[in-house]
Amino acid sequence: MTAQGSYAWTPGYFDDGDRPQIVTGRFPYEDSYTLDRYLETGGYEGLKRALEIGPEATSGEVKDSTLLGRGGAGFPAGVKWGFTPQGVWPRYLVVNGDESEPGTYKDRLLMERDPHQLIEGCLIACYAAGLSQCFLYVRGEMALAHERIAGALDEAYAAGYVGTDILGTDFSVDIILHWGAGAYVVGEETALIESLEGERGMPRLKPPYFPAAIGLYGQPTIVNNVETLANLPYIAANGSAAYTAIGTETSPGTRMIAVSGHVKRPGVYEIVNGSTTFRDLIYGDDFAQGIRDDNDLKAFVPGGGSAPWFLPDQLDIPFEGKEASAAGSMLGSGAVMVMDSTTDIPEAALTLVRFYAHESCGKCVPCREGGTWLLRIVERICSGHGTTADLDQILEVGQSICPGDMPHASSERLGLEAVPFPYKMTTICFVGPSAYAPIHSALTLFRDEFEAKVSPSPKRVRIPVAVA
Amino acid sequence: MSEDVTTETEDASAEDDVAVDVEPEPEPDPNAVTIELNGRSVEARKGELVIAAAERHGSYIPHFCYHPRMSSVGMCRQCLVEVDTGRGPQLQPSCMITVSPDMKVDTESATTKRAQEGMLELLLANHPLDCPVCDKGGECPLQDQAFSHGPGESRYVEEKRHYEKPIPISELVLLDRERCILCDRCTRFADEVAGDKLIHFIERGNQTQVMTFPDEPFVSYFSGNTVQICPVGALTAEPYRFKARPWDLGQQESTCMGCSTGCRIVVQSSRDEVLRYNGVDSEPVNHGWLCDRGRFGFEALSSEHRLTEPMVRTDVGLTPTSWTSAMAATTGLIRQALESGGPSSIALIGGARGTNEDAFAWAQLADGLGIEFRDPQLGDGLPAAILGLPRATIDEACSAGTVILLGPDVKEELGALYLRLRGAARDGATKIIEIAPNDTGLTNMAWKSLRPQPGRQASAVRELFADPEIAEQIASGDVVVVVGRSNLAESPAATMAALSEIVEAVPTATVLPALRRGNVIGALSVGLAPADADHDAIATLEAAAGGKIELLILLGADPLCDVPDHDLARRALAGARSIVSIDTFPTESTRQADVVLPAAAFTEKAGSTTNLEGRVNDVAHRVTTKGTSRPDWMIAAELALDLDDIVGDLPIAMATSVEEITDLLAATVPGFAAATSEAVEREVDGVVVESQPSDLADRGDEASVRNSYSYRLVVSHKMFDRAIGTAMSRGISKLSVSAAAHLHPLDADQLGAGEGGDVRLVTDRSSVVLPVVLDPRIERGNVWVPFNASSDQGGGRVESIIDARAAVTDVKIEVL
Amino acid sequence: MSRLTDSNVLLAHEIIRRYPRSKSALIPLLHLSQEQNGYVTNDAMRHIAELLDITPAEVIGTATFYEMFKFEPVGTYVINVCQTLSCALMGADELMHHAEDVLGVKAGSTTADGMFTLEPAECQAACTEAPCLQVNYRHQYRVTTAEFDELVDGLRSGRLADEIPPHGTLGRNRQNLPADRTVGAVPPEDVTEAPDWIPVAGDAS
Ligand SMILES: Cc1cc2nc3c(=O)[nH]c(=O)nc-3n(C[C@H](O)[C@H](O)[C@H](O)COP(=O)(O)O)c2cc1C
Ligand code: SF4
Ligand code: FES
Repeated sequence: MTAQGSYAWTPGYFDDGDRPQIVTGRFPYEDSYTLDRYLETGGYEGLKRALEIGPEATSGEVKDSTLLGRGGAGFPAGVKWGFTPQGVWPRYLVVNGDESEPGTYKDRLLMERDPHQLIEGCLIACYAAGLSQCFLYVRGEMALAHERIAGALDEAYAAGYVGTDILGTDFSVDIILHWGAGAYVVGEETALIESLEGERGMPRLKPPYFPAAIGLYGQPTIVNNVETLANLPYIAANGSAAYTAIGTETSPGTRMIAVSGHVKRPGVYEIVNGSTTFRDLIYGDDFAQGIRDDNDLKAFVPGGGSAPWFLPDQLDIPFEGKEASAAGSMLGSGAVMVMDSTTDIPEAALTLVRFYAHESCGKCVPCREGGTWLLRIVERICSGHGTTADLDQILEVGQSICPGDMPHASSERLGLEAVPFPYKMTTICFVGPSAYAPIHSALTLFRDEFEAKVSPSPKRVRIPVAVA
Repeated sequence: MSEDVTTETEDASAEDDVAVDVEPEPEPDPNAVTIELNGRSVEARKGELVIAAAERHGSYIPHFCYHPRMSSVGMCRQCLVEVDTGRGPQLQPSCMITVSPDMKVDTESATTKRAQEGMLELLLANHPLDCPVCDKGGECPLQDQAFSHGPGESRYVEEKRHYEKPIPISELVLLDRERCILCDRCTRFADEVAGDKLIHFIERGNQTQVMTFPDEPFVSYFSGNTVQICPVGALTAEPYRFKARPWDLGQQESTCMGCSTGCRIVVQSSRDEVLRYNGVDSEPVNHGWLCDRGRFGFEALSSEHRLTEPMVRTDVGLTPTSWTSAMAATTGLIRQALESGGPSSIALIGGARGTNEDAFAWAQLADGLGIEFRDPQLGDGLPAAILGLPRATIDEACSAGTVILLGPDVKEELGALYLRLRGAARDGATKIIEIAPNDTGLTNMAWKSLRPQPGRQASAVRELFADPEIAEQIASGDVVVVVGRSNLAESPAATMAALSEIVEAVPTATVLPALRRGNVIGALSVGLAPADADHDAIATLEAAAGGKIELLILLGADPLCDVPDHDLARRALAGARSIVSIDTFPTESTRQADVVLPAAAFTEKAGSTTNLEGRVNDVAHRVTTKGTSRPDWMIAAELALDLDDIVGDLPIAMATSVEEITDLLAATVPGFAAATSEAVEREVDGVVVESQPSDLADRGDEASVRNSYSYRLVVSHKMFDRAIGTAMSRGISKLSVSAAAHLHPLDADQLGAGEGGDVRLVTDRSSVVLPVVLDPRIERGNVWVPFNASSDQGGGRVESIIDARAAVTDVKIEVL
Repeated sequence: MSRLTDSNVLLAHEIIRRYPRSKSALIPLLHLSQEQNGYVTNDAMRHIAELLDITPAEVIGTATFYEMFKFEPVGTYVINVCQTLSCALMGADELMHHAEDVLGVKAGSTTADGMFTLEPAECQAACTEAPCLQVNYRHQYRVTTAEFDELVDGLRSGRLADEIPPHGTLGRNRQNLPADRTVGAVPPEDVTEAPDWIPVAGDAS
């Protein structure tokens, strides 16, 4: 155990192998979070170049880099910035540092280990898109990140990188560190904005509340993920060409991926986007180095807790959005959770159903009621009191949350064809469906394990819904 | 009838709109958008929500959180329908999506049906099965839609959520969280419409509940509306709980006469007893909302204290008698008065609590007898001349560029008007300039608030127009002046002076009279207005006090409690040779009467009433009269018959039905021609009568500046006081304010007075002792005391230090 | 009586000034009150309502939505043991059971001496370091049962005191905005033009 007041190392981070390092390059330095170290290692060069070439050219660079959002939706940042309505001011930047998607561990590292890189990214975004105030919303349960960012901001203000007349130009912007208080759903961008307005973190409805048009205080607002913004200093300093030279055309640059669960070397890896496959990640020597005790791989979650599961059949799919969707899942927030042959699948699924049911904001009925209903059923099954009827009931409740065909992976063993991502939903946001996706995957791909836990059902009791 | 009660109670609005809109399809206009609804092409309006458009065209989409008078939140997901905007059909909440050209909407597809059934099953998962003991049973949107759009049975075998069964969240409203489906209607209403954010969602996810802050109840003048719009039985109103089952209720639309806003309501009764009022969505007036005084005032109707039989004073005091002898006694007193003092010795006060027909019949009788002393106001209003100014409607006020509030705290006196004005200001539809002695309910919504010294409003107005920013605002659009009496301890002259300043400066300004009593505008318009200031209520009382009045007729008036100058009222009733009182309740004044005639109350007689816009709307006769009581108009008609040797053949004397009176009125009273019984019956929104041009006779003059040793007294109404209608309604009677001297904390400091301590307010006339309340909303230099408030300790009543003839009431304050 | 202290009221005003609309300061102020009292009291919520000119109902509505706010006293050290998938796969259950034994309380409760509150928690963004837990929101990685005992001992003995402040303290330092370099927050309605650095005609997007 490492008590974490000061880092001798970066927990879980590995930079062996000769992978390009766009956002994690400074992690090995013990003092990577200080301004001195940052400046010594090319810090704030991107900002300086941006200030030279001007806002329009800067946003041009970002557009050309086709930098994809790293928060889960994978939407091109440059394009999103373009959605702000002409001539409507003020506009805000809200940094999504609420990282809480099960399996995801990258934004916290970026905030704890290289806060200045994030700050520089924010400045570049504000400068390019004309955003007059920046709110850095950091998940409340990340005390160290708060301390490191607060410290870095104080340094940056003192050194003239943030605040009025930045580096002697007429570019002036405040960056405000904002504390979250513990609610996963607040990671959803409109809920994030509600929370930042001091409200209950319940998502707004899109339409009409697309943040770029109607966001914080009803003003145009850019919401970007921490990792997304952390890429900007590199892009601004080295130009979009240098960036697109890495990765693939549809998914340029690198991505931070956390590989956790039953692997020999769980860790966070900055990988080349688009080309690296799941097999590389899970078995590669520079990566997770295979399954613990050389067990067999049973299944893995490719993109954070809300993603439908993959089987060994999908190992050779590269880390590329379209291919993942075609195969029946998504890359989401860059989190791979590995389950080996010893895993009790229903129990594993239960932890995820519990998570999303617990994190429902309660605003919409299918998630508020459906999520908890699913949880009750799965709990009953795992505690040995389930019946065969419960298995179908799971799918019935699921239909009320995600009507129609539910995406899942293909399986040779079961002779299953893949149903491509995404699903339809009756909910406002993805929390509801996320409670169903994992249990649906588990039940579809490992029904036998569920059946082993349940007993044949008695005749179902008929309960009227209301009394006339 | 459960059907239409459901429609009335579960947003009347939606259904009303349908009812109104369906017949004439809007003719093709630029605002028309053609969409495909279940295969047929229909015309919607630009910006219209799919759910509303579908409903207008007869395809009802089930819903719970959507309410047409509040912003959509899309929470319950019950209104999901398949919408195709070119990218293939997708399930969309129809309460959030506005129509777009060629949009295809399918409210009946298999997918839509599955989604709707799914939502209902989920909504019902944690909903208790206590319909048989639930007040909402029978008029419950959840129950109804469970049957019409639901799966019929539930597969939810888990333990349901449990909460403590109904907990009172205020004196009037109880909350059952187990029944709540978290549709956000009550909480949205409290926030958006009423502005009382005292109930809120707490906790998260499956634990989410509606709640108040610990020990801070849902104190709102409009709390009853949350009960009406609750789509389940989660919120219930204490006065109605367990009183009846919806299917036992008969109902009739009517017009509330609690104040002159004239909200449309539905009167619901069972076994000849009125058990509930619900708001009806009247587009021009109340949008479905009611204030709690109007909504819960019905309890007084069945009070055991009602007057049920005539009484005549004998040597043993007031003794019950027959109508024949009581009427004989009355005509006797009239003849006697005519003989000994002539018509000028008879006075008629009151008439604003009855219908147009009541007031008209009495006015006709008064004319016949040559009575000049007459006034439906009791020295607590403004000269009838203000009705001669070009009149504004509520809608006009709510869309005017500027509204100048020169009058009372509308939140306290005209509840639903407050909601309308607040909404308009909130939506930025209008800017409010408030001229008031102290903060009011609208102050936080006002664009500008002026706090002139009481009595000095006119100079405030002059300064106002001198300010370029304000001049620009005023010039930028229509101007509506909401004018009424802001201070009962001040002469109306001050308000009149300020009003004349405004109409001189802005000749195009229109006026919305903010006079309180239910039908004061009607009474003033149909003939009960005094000819001049020498014959108004105050002049009448002075005459009576001076022994010049032989017979004082009190028509639903209680001077001892309604007249701001209590001492004058007392002397007047003592000085009047004889008194005939026509009323529904025994009051301080009826106790001094020689003849008491029991009057039929609201809901016990048909007719019409006129609201502050001059809108004539019908009043429903729902239940039989208490005891032998009779409508005022009938009493007047009978007297006219008995006195035909004096008054001649008055048409009212021949009337055999109230409709005949209504038509007589329409034929006789200038401006009322359109308000025939047939028209008033037909027109959903009533008939707006024309105001009769007249100019403000005397512009009135200003009070002097307050000297720094004294405080200037402000006395005005709270929504709940000792007024008989409130006092006799069990539920709301608990809410009536108690008398106290409200002072700004800094003034109290200076005086060395503390919260709760007693002070004596001294005028050269007399004094009153009151407990102190520290209140930052009171302007410095003012002391505010609620009018007609109940006071436990015998420190006297503030009304007894008010001099009706004084420009203002300045008081010295002694700390006891 | 646990309203905000005078010094915290000053701090509160400074925090409120950071935002274009004051209600945005609600969550930070709730943290502030929790830092002061270890949990959020009703008086503090009323006080915050006054400071932000909103109703107490609005304050409690927001406050109860978020996990980190406690409304009764909790231990000096709140120990959150992650229960979500990655940690569950790596033995979160065992760790939780061990914690219950060592502290002698069931998950969700506080030790008699008011020292520790033990809680099950959801993903803490340390999935590669499973099983993990947090003490007052400071991470502990790959925690073995032995290391857990060591941790509890370190906290009891005060050895870890300056590393892990008492419950309620979020950051040991706090961003401070230098008056001379701060742009300052402006209500959105008071801003109508593009910021200075945006070419006048243009519109960066
Ligand atoms: C339920 C839910 C949770 C989310 N959580 C996060 C999160 O923790 N961090 C994040 O950056 N984005 C999260 N997102 C995605 C955000 O809504 C948003 O798309 C993202 O922050 C945009 O930034 P990007 O374009 O840079 O990816 C979440 C979305 C949903 C629906
Ligand atoms: S899906 Fe769940 S989390 Fe998302 S809005 Fe609905 S209730 Fe809230
Ligand atoms: S009525 Fe549309 S979601 Fe509730």
